[in-house]
Amino acid sequence: MKVSLKWLRDYVDIDLEPSALADCLTMAGLEVDAVEVAGPAFDQVVVARIISVRPHPQSEKLFLCEVTTGTESLPIVCGAPNTRSGDTVALARVGATIPGGFVIKSSRIRGEVSEGMLCSEEELGIGEDNTGIMILPPDLTIGMDLKDALGLRDTVLDIGITPNRADCLSIVGIAREVAAITGKTLRYPEIDVTENNEEIAGITSVSIMDPDLCPRYTARIIKNITVKPSPSWMRERLEAVGLRAINNIVDITNFVMMELGQPLHAFDYCFLEEGRIVVRRSREGEHFVSLDEKDRVLRSDTLMICDGVKPVAIAGIMGGLNSEVKDDTSTILLESAYFHPPSIRRSSRWLGMGTDAAFRFERGIDPEGVVRALNRAAQLMAALGDGAVCRGFIDQYPRQIKTAKDIPLRPKRVNEFLGIDIQAAEMVRILEKLEMTVSQSDDAHYLVTPPTFRVDITREIDLIEEIARVYGFNNIPVTMPGAAGMPAGENPEQILDSALRFALTGMGYTEVITYSFINPLSADQLGLKDDDPLRDFVIISNPLTEEQSVLRTNLVYNLLDVTNRNARVGCADLKIFEIGRIFFRRQEGELPEERACVGGLITGNRYDGSWHNKGVSADFYDLKGCLDALFADQKIQPVRFVADSSRPFLHPGRSSRILVGQETVGFVGEIHPDVLERMDLKNRAIVFQLDLETLRLYTKGKIDFREVSKFPASSRDMAFLVPVAMEGETLCRTGYEQHEVLLENVAIFDVYTSENLPEGMKSLGLRFEYRSTKRTLTEEEINVAHNRIVKTMVEATGAKIRGE
Amino acid sequence: MLNTLDELEKKAMLELPGATSEDALNELRTMYLGRKGVLTQMLRQISTVTAEERPLFGKRSNEIKESLSHAIYEALERLKSSRKDDVLLKETIDVTLPGRTVGRGHLHPVTRVSQEICRIFARMGFNVVEGPEVETDYYNFEALNIPKDHPARDMQDTFYVEENIVLRTHTSPVQIRTMEKMKPPVRILSPGRVYRPDSDVSHTPMFHQIEGLMVDRGVTFGDLKGTLTYFLKQIFGADIFLRFRPSFFPFTEPSAEVDIQCVMCGGKGCRVCGQSGWLEILGSGMVDPAVFENVGYDPEEVTGFAFGLGVERIAMLKYGISDIRLFFENDWRFLEQF
Repeated sequence: MKVSLKWLRDYVDIDLEPSALADCLTMAGLEVDAVEVAGPAFDQVVVARIISVRPHPQSEKLFLCEVTTGTESLPIVCGAPNTRSGDTVALARVGATIPGGFVIKSSRIRGEVSEGMLCSEEELGIGEDNTGIMILPPDLTIGMDLKDALGLRDTVLDIGITPNRADCLSIVGIAREVAAITGKTLRYPEIDVTENNEEIAGITSVSIMDPDLCPRYTARIIKNITVKPSPSWMRERLEAVGLRAINNIVDITNFVMMELGQPLHAFDYCFLEEGRIVVRRSREGEHFVSLDEKDRVLRSDTLMICDGVKPVAIAGIMGGLNSEVKDDTSTILLESAYFHPPSIRRSSRWLGMGTDAAFRFERGIDPEGVVRALNRAAQLMAALGDGAVCRGFIDQYPRQIKTAKDIPLRPKRVNEFLGIDIQAAEMVRILEKLEMTVSQSDDAHYLVTPPTFRVDITREIDLIEEIARVYGFNNIPVTMPGAAGMPAGENPEQILDSALRFALTGMGYTEVITYSFINPLSADQLGLKDDDPLRDFVIISNPLTEEQSVLRTNLVYNLLDVTNRNARVGCADLKIFEIGRIFFRRQEGELPEERACVGGLITGNRYDGSWHNKGVSADFYDLKGCLDALFADQKIQPVRFVADSSRPFLHPGRSSRILVGQETVGFVGEIHPDVLERMDLKNRAIVFQLDLETLRLYTKGKIDFREVSKFPASSRDMAFLVPVAMEGETLCRTGYEQHEVLLENVAIFDVYTSENLPEGMKSLGLRFEYRSTKRTLTEEEINVAHNRIVKTMVEATGAKIRGE
Repeated sequence: MLNTLDELEKKAMLELPGATSEDALNELRTMYLGRKGVLTQMLRQISTVTAEERPLFGKRSNEIKESLSHAIYEALERLKSSRKDDVLLKETIDVTLPGRTVGRGHLHPVTRVSQEICRIFARMGFNVVEGPEVETDYYNFEALNIPKDHPARDMQDTFYVEENIVLRTHTSPVQIRTMEKMKPPVRILSPGRVYRPDSDVSHTPMFHQIEGLMVDRGVTFGDLKGTLTYFLKQIFGADIFLRFRPSFFPFTEPSAEVDIQCVMCGGKGCRVCGQSGWLEILGSGMVDPAVFENVGYDPEEVTGFAFGLGVERIAMLKYGISDIRLFFENDWRFLEQF
């Protein structure tokens, strides 16, 4: 909220510099976001005196003046009839700017030089008088800047009012805080309404059909008003706080709203059919044209202000075009009411009408300030609009609006809660400064009744907050809580996450973090079928953009997106990973399924492009090797990679499902060339994704230590000829499955394909390692075991031994 | 005969420097000391030496054999060693060429800062707890004392999935879920992704938050100040100035914003701190009794405090990053700096 210091000073004296005041308010919970210099829109206008005036030789209407600024005298051509020698005037010097953005230049007017301009009130935007130049009091210092001379400078504080402080949404509300903080006295505006003899009861009536939404409605009638511009003091104040001046009647309602925090509305009485007010809920689908000329269709729960026949305002939000105050309006029905805050909030949000009035009503206005604001506005309409205020006012108050009374306060509790030690008397002093009524019920208890505008204070804790706030948070001593009574640190989820991060960064993979939401079209780019579960998106009903409108069901798309982005900036070699969740829609009303995952991607050259390395493209086995290391690191076993062409975004011949025991934990594979093409990626990319929750079940953390043998191993190499399609692991597994105790390891050390081999065959070189923990093996023993194993392998798989 | 021996030695020693290769040296050795060598042959003629001269002849010839073979051995060693030196010299490399890159991966700066924060609070006994990112309206708002149709809902714009299902706007729902499950004392920290529909230089629709909660008998506002002061001094250095400023959060009362003196300008006022000299760094407060009642704790029995901070904001201040969107663009040139 913008607060003009000039306006604020109407109600409280301020000795502090604006920045110091801003600090005080901020530290009391009214955060000042900005301190801005404000004032009329002119610059370099000074106080000057006319030394001489003579007629312009070429014009009967113009005068040639000699004007002094105290340090120099200037020739000025002026056309105002009240130009008189000896007067003190406002001079816009050459280079000055005046409202409307005009810059004063040195000029010749009908052949005579003019070094500036003498200004009227209207030209300077500080008054309405345009009949002649502004005549200033003669005691002003010649040469002084006009803003300083007339005290026109203002400072505007932009204060962020938290939702609980509805009472601070007015200048008087802020003044009250300033008074409480600085120890000054608050001056409420003096309200004195002069009424005529005509009884309001004979003119209008108010009936409230829905008292649950409108517990209180007050009204006055003001007759014979003249609609005209407001005086400059009022316009200046309204403009300083960011409101546009319109006419005296509208300005008065805005002025009082800003002054006291009570939104008001002025109806043109002559457009109120049957001359009366009915407050009721709208009918479903009812149309209404609001002041902003928009036709609005209403819901059945919107509270409306109606006349005898039709709606004339959306209660607490905006008036209607049909009863707007116009230039020829003469009788006003002035409304000051209290509306049910949640109802106003619902309606204003549903209608998308966040008006200043709605903002205040939904936060809760002072239920006992309604009449005061009504009278204040009536007083101003009489004074500034020549209106005649009819006798009496209507006050329909069918429902008591609950305000807090006698809240118990235990000073001991206050001290214990805050960790301070102050006397009860000090607490009472603080609360009384905030206009609360405090009485002592017994030694340990006080009863506190807050003022009705403090709708946020209903409980002891609210009082404790007030005491803390005024006592000063920074005066509360710093203490450390006692030691924790339980172990602390990372949870099992985090331990695995951290271990994976540690391992993956160690292997050269860099962590990325991407948005959880993605483009629903990503499903098409990944080539997902219509019934693919990866299309079970959680859909955001109010996304910022269509590209961020669903939650991701996989990490692959985002990793490809990062690849794309980096390729565009010239980085084609990437090793990246992300740890994050994926989301799957469940039934309506149920929270979606969230699964924590780790995903990774490698693309481009395996090694960096330094002088050491030739460009070798990364492939499936780079990522598989990385996964092997991850599993080994986490002691996860047994792990199997099974060829699996079921994922449409992966290369059907270069993708694999990853199993731990019998359970699938994820996949690894090369991205399908079609997906690369659709996503405009040039290089092949290999991705993996693992489900962390499943993985966690198999993370043993336990290390099965085996004795290191003192005896040497012997190895036998052997090449097998197998069909190209046979998986290498099949061969090795058959070897293992012999359960030969002497066989320590079988591994593929060579894969060879050549035209020299029989059609459709490949050669797999296997290394068998034999060892005993008890003794050095003899050739004889090894040969027996080896021959047996190889024979079985050949029989079981149909492999041929090369060279036989 | 002895003279012949002396001459032989002299001759051999003269020839020795001429033998500069291994072969020449070996030849020399064979020529003098080999089985058919000159010295060996002379020794065979010992019978022709007089009996008086014989012992001396034997001694001399052994001396010569020894000194000659030693000299040849030494020459050979010198030769070997100089050849090794040659080889090493030839193997000289350019040590200024770049080393073979060990592909070091980088942790995301958000992770770095998040881990650092979690470690600091772990030292004070805070346990890490996680919760769902898609939440019910109840856990995200209602249970935290933010009823429907309450202006406090304006403080956080919200992504909706359904009327009562939202993307969590903060990690505070984890507090509620935790307190529902366990009895006090509670000391937890809940890090994670949160979502708010906002996008500009200082806002992204997704960001990371860490919230903390401590509940026990007799926890005071002073303890809140102590805990957060310790934390901020750990993160930003022991000489950082901070202040606690009254504010409003629906789920805490009293509530405090914590500001640190601007790390960019040292409090003089700059663009980063909006000329105020202070930076808002975290929100905190004493848990509102209404929240305790929602989870079945007795606010007369226990008190507690809660706090929340944006990880990206801390990272931006720590590293001097001016645009929050950089965190999620994942540009290599950005990531490789961490």
